Amino acid sequence: MTRHVDHLGRPIVAVTGIGIVTSLGVGKADNWAALTAGRSGIHAITRFPVEHLNTTIAGTVDFLPSSNRGASALTHELAETAAREAIAEAGLPANDLGGPLFLAAPPVELGWQDRLGLYRTVGEGNGYDRLLAAARAANRRDLFGDSQFGAIAHRLAAEFGARGLPVTLSTACASGATAIQLGVEAIRRGESDRALAIGADGSATEEALIRFSLLSALSTSNDQPEKASKPFSKDRDGFVLAEGSGALVLESLDSALSRGAAVIGVVRGCGERADDFHRTRSKPDGSPAIAALRAALADAGLSEDEIDYVNAHGTSTPENDKMEHMSLSTVFGARMRTIPISSNKSMIGHTLSAAGAVEAAISLMTMREGVIPPTINYDVPDPAIELDVVPNVSRRAEVRTVISNSFGFGGQNACLVMARDPL
Amino acid sequence: MSARDVLITGIGLVSSLGEGAERHWQLFTGGAEPVVDRERFAPYMVHPLPAIDWGLQIAKRGDQRQMETWQRLGTYAAGLALDDAGAKGDEALCGEMDMIVAAGGGERDVTVDASILAASETEADTGVAINRILTTDLRPTLFLAQLSNLLAGNISIVHKVTGSSRTFMGEEGAGIAAVETAAARIRAGQSSIALVGGAYQTEHPDMLLSYELGGHLHRGDWKPVWSRQDSEGGGVVTGSGAAFLVLESREHAQKRGRSAYARLDETFSAAMRRGDGHAGAIGAAIDALAPAAGGLLAISGVSGAHAATAAEAEALASRPDLVARGFSSLTGHLKEAQFPFAVAIAAMAVRNGAAPAPFAANERPFSGTPGAALATTIGYWGSEGLAIVTRAE
Repeated sequence: MTRHVDHLGRPIVAVTGIGIVTSLGVGKADNWAALTAGRSGIHAITRFPVEHLNTTIAGTVDFLPSSNRGASALTHELAETAAREAIAEAGLPANDLGGPLFLAAPPVELGWQDRLGLYRTVGEGNGYDRLLAAARAANRRDLFGDSQFGAIAHRLAAEFGARGLPVTLSTACASGATAIQLGVEAIRRGESDRALAIGADGSATEEALIRFSLLSALSTSNDQPEKASKPFSKDRDGFVLAEGSGALVLESLDSALSRGAAVIGVVRGCGERADDFHRTRSKPDGSPAIAALRAALADAGLSEDEIDYVNAHGTSTPENDKMEHMSLSTVFGARMRTIPISSNKSMIGHTLSAAGAVEAAISLMTMREGVIPPTINYDVPDPAIELDVVPNVSRRAEVRTVISNSFGFGGQNACLVMARDPL
Repeated sequence: MSARDVLITGIGLVSSLGEGAERHWQLFTGGAEPVVDRERFAPYMVHPLPAIDWGLQIAKRGDQRQMETWQRLGTYAAGLALDDAGAKGDEALCGEMDMIVAAGGGERDVTVDASILAASETEADTGVAINRILTTDLRPTLFLAQLSNLLAGNISIVHKVTGSSRTFMGEEGAGIAAVETAAARIRAGQSSIALVGGAYQTEHPDMLLSYELGGHLHRGDWKPVWSRQDSEGGGVVTGSGAAFLVLESREHAQKRGRSAYARLDETFSAAMRRGDGHAGAIGAAIDALAPAAGGLLAISGVSGAHAATAAEAEALASRPDLVARGFSSLTGHLKEAQFPFAVAIAAMAVRNGAAPAPFAANERPFSGTPGAALATTIGYWGSEGLAIVTRAE
């Protein structure tokens, strides 16, 4: 019998553990100190040559053992590191989660170093014929895992003792939020008392950078890397590719209370809506984002007036920030001019598949600590975007509720409503 | 019977055999022969795509051009499923429809990749060569045309399915989790109608490479999926194809006045430890889902991969009441689409009250009228999925 239920009679879903890794560092303590100090983690790229590239900066995570071992290895280590921190904070055994695992991860293919290494193992032929001949000649189990999209989640599920078949998912920039939503839904269905939701992305490779660059999505403010990500500013010129991970231990409030776990916050509602307009541009009227925001509020059982802070998607692309402002203004009306909103991406860049989870983690810390991390690099306000972006300096504030936005390439939009107090 | 029973009200299929649920059923019951291309990717063989008139499901040529073959194939099959469910073009219905797509992706530019590989043998700084070649030769829109979540994105754009859009990745497991999650959401009242499925386009050397790094591809003469253990290679023959299902609560289907193929009952999914004990674990899962009773039709998505296939064969053989049909003998391994495809055939068997003809010499005839069927997918390297479908009424 579930004792603590929400406005729709569903189990309340608490967060009992958080883990985070960004270019600012490993763990909640380092990240929170940097975020509230308004420090940027964006820097010049050193992982690979930058000749011929228009963008030569990123928020790469360069300080893990796997940082130079390819996107698959790094994505795995980022996910694992954040998950360990979250599980430890939740006070759960490190290898017996006893619930499902949802991993938001990039579709990582075999990297160039591995392709070239494979190519060199045989002396004849060209192109893919030679790669296939090399694979045929020698069992390459070491590379096989890196070429399977499900491999990272399977390894994590085994390590942490997750139950059932782990889910690997991708809803582009909304992936991290979708992972949390899947965990919330599983607990609400009563399938499990807890779930582990992770968003991880270690795929800032030369090829990823070039692909986004060819779509004109990236900032080219290479001269001052820490100033490049400038959400809501008039001179914003694209997002900054970045790496990171966020992990949440989700747990029914009943389960958390019964084992005496500290409740960090609750996920009150999730909303989503797909865009049918264009592969990279959102519908001009903002209706999908508006619908996602409203669906999240309705799912949370909160009115527009009950949101204290907006954790923005805020990518620093001309298009996103304009659309996000319009959508928020439509939903929250005139009050949107005074609701504090800030973009963590101004400091950590766009961690893509991880962003929704990283930013949910930061949102929960924002409520716990009563401090709103700023939108840095807000030097030239965009007069068309009238928002209180918590410019440049963090702010003390009582924040009881947050809505966190994730709007993806390919039209996947997801919003999460989180609250500080469980009841 | 419950208002929240999960009914299968639409099926969209494409394989080397052809397209459409009805066409596949005719071929499966009529004793079809596999379509195999042995030359193009020798020493491997593939079951290639049939000729498809893309315009039938993707009206705008501009939309077709924005997708590589894999996305086009999935968008096409999704259209077939929506058509079959009487939902195509119903913008109000599609606007509330949820979607979970099991996606691979990554149809890389073979020419660009080959020039980088070649340059690595002549140029001193390979890293710089990679940058130069990718920057100048990569088609800007190719990224989107092959990106995993953009199959769902294109289904939203072309068919206006916008209730929600989720993309699961991870080989067969993606398809298993997609079907299971969509069904669980409907049963719990979190959703009332969902489009779920996947597509796989194998006619690309990078797709074959991802299997062959693990030594999984079959070589030599073509053989049925159960009979490749003593042949050269790893046992998998891949195929291009797609399977999409429209899943719907009974209440929702009744309101629309739609009949169903079948009811999707219990599902099971796992990431079992492979090796010794795998067959026993599969058997125990089947026993838990489908207790022995008379003859039960098992539509198997068996991959051909030696170890996983041997384990599944042993598990099925331990239940003399199970009569198996390994459809990969005809279609090849469809990776992410494998489980939705298995569920689709199981649903058609239940609706038609008949079993497909044996797909291989070792498959026994099925006598009687199947009122239920088991769908299985034991992944070539990981992931197990089972589902029971029964008569809708």
